[in-house]
Amino acid sequence: MSVCGLRVIKPGPLTLLQDRGRFGYQHLGLSPGGAADEHAFLWANRLLGNASNAPALEITLGGLSLAVERSLQIALTGADLRASVNGRSLKPWRTHTLAAGDRLQFGYASDGVRGYLAVRGGFEVALCFGSVATVTREKMGGLDGVGSPLQAGDELACPEMGLVAERSVPSRFIPDYRQPLTLRLMASEHKGWFSAAALERLYRSEYRLSPRSDRMGARLEGEAVESLVGGIVSEPVPFGAVQVPPDGVPIVLLKDRQTIGGYPKLGTVHPLDAFALAQRQPGCPIRFAPVTVENCAEQYNEFQGFMDGVRVS
Amino acid sequence: MRPWVVETAGPDALMVRFGETITPKLVPLIRGASDQLRRELGERLYDLIPSYTTLMIVFDPRQLSVEEMAGRVSDVLQYLEATEESVGELIEIPVWYDLSVGPDLERVARYNRLSVEQVIEQHSAVEYHVFAIGFAPGFAYMGEAPQALATPRLDTPRPAVPVGSVALADRQTAVYPIETPGGWNLIGRTPVNMFDRERAALCPVSAGDRVRFAPISRAEYLAQGGRLPPASWQERGGAR
Repeated sequence: MSVCGLRVIKPGPLTLLQDRGRFGYQHLGLSPGGAADEHAFLWANRLLGNASNAPALEITLGGLSLAVERSLQIALTGADLRASVNGRSLKPWRTHTLAAGDRLQFGYASDGVRGYLAVRGGFEVALCFGSVATVTREKMGGLDGVGSPLQAGDELACPEMGLVAERSVPSRFIPDYRQPLTLRLMASEHKGWFSAAALERLYRSEYRLSPRSDRMGARLEGEAVESLVGGIVSEPVPFGAVQVPPDGVPIVLLKDRQTIGGYPKLGTVHPLDAFALAQRQPGCPIRFAPVTVENCAEQYNEFQGFMDGVRVS
Repeated sequence: MRPWVVETAGPDALMVRFGETITPKLVPLIRGASDQLRRELGERLYDLIPSYTTLMIVFDPRQLSVEEMAGRVSDVLQYLEATEESVGELIEIPVWYDLSVGPDLERVARYNRLSVEQVIEQHSAVEYHVFAIGFAPGFAYMGEAPQALATPRLDTPRPAVPVGSVALADRQTAVYPIETPGGWNLIGRTPVNMFDRERAALCPVSAGDRVRFAPISRAEYLAQGGRLPPASWQERGGAR
């Protein structure tokens, strides 16, 4: 049985219901969407003993204010959004138990971009094509099924479940989003788009994250990388694809990317680095370094296995 | 020699590449590959995304590694050339070609030194292939329009193209499934819902299908549920 657990008083600039994304509809043009930083999203569910895909809130920059309608257990991960309950500050990367009548408020991010709020058992939301992932551009997912961000007055249903022992994420797993970021790149196997020299230049250059970045993609500022072709025949784009428009400055495609694109691609960024990129603030120094697909796959599988609670053989 | 190569696109994604240039010849090949892979590996795949010259496969790398999946894909596609051509379904899309809903009909006619009637006749005379669906949910890229109709995109995209608009850009044609900004030439409108959340199939067409546009009258358009644009939109030449 579910009842309203949290009521939205103030939604903040952009608060979205998210899960790991919408699969099986990309061939009809639906963006996969999903939590921009899956690392923090998955930790929030893991702390509460939830299914790894349980719906949670992605709070962009902060500003969210919630009324607690009945006692429940939450987990906060990702950017430190200066959360407080009745004026008492709450640390991120751990669980907290709230009581009916509490007021849960978020300030604004000091570092990082997106905070995640999960509840024990996960928010109960009707699925839209198999997922709650909110893709506002496509009018998909979210509380209303048509992609709206949270609004004042929205009521979030939570299942009634017993509490787990309070837990926190070991400090060695908590990232520092203020650090410069190196994106490990699996270089494209297509040889006709960039010269070896262009790829070398990419690895030597330091970029900065542009303020024009969003859930679709992270734009960079810095040295242009020359492509041997202006455009390509439009083709599907994987998560983390690094595309180069005619101005030569790379864009890393993230969760809300379009399903197909017509710019040449340098390769694909390690998914764990793409999650970390979604937490960097504009101006953050960004570099690229090569990685093999074998290395990347091994680490990514281990991460997913850990988050799903499955032992990796 | 095999007519395709398999590239790694990430730890959980493979790109099967069938060529480098747009040609209707690849459409049945990629549709055939897509159908075979769905049949043979369906439950192991998260997404199977066809485009003009490529087919991307997204999967759970914990079940099969990238190398293992590449091997499976190669096995499944081994006899692709030998299989009977998969040509998809033929779907008819009714279109009301009219200046009130196709504000660029005259532009296309002028650019190609044709009359508006000839533009309509030529656009509805040929069978199109659905190359890919993307850009927006249900937006199907179809081609190829007769060379005599090839018209570049508008210099300035419209801020909002109405739902159901039938459009032309170079030798490609499409129907806008949702209201969105767009720079293609608008030549008519269909009452058909190109992305219907209430229907199991969602889209009336899928990549690899064939499409024919059938001219209908204003009365037929209205009878089939088509909506008229507001007068202000028409007066401003389609709110360009």
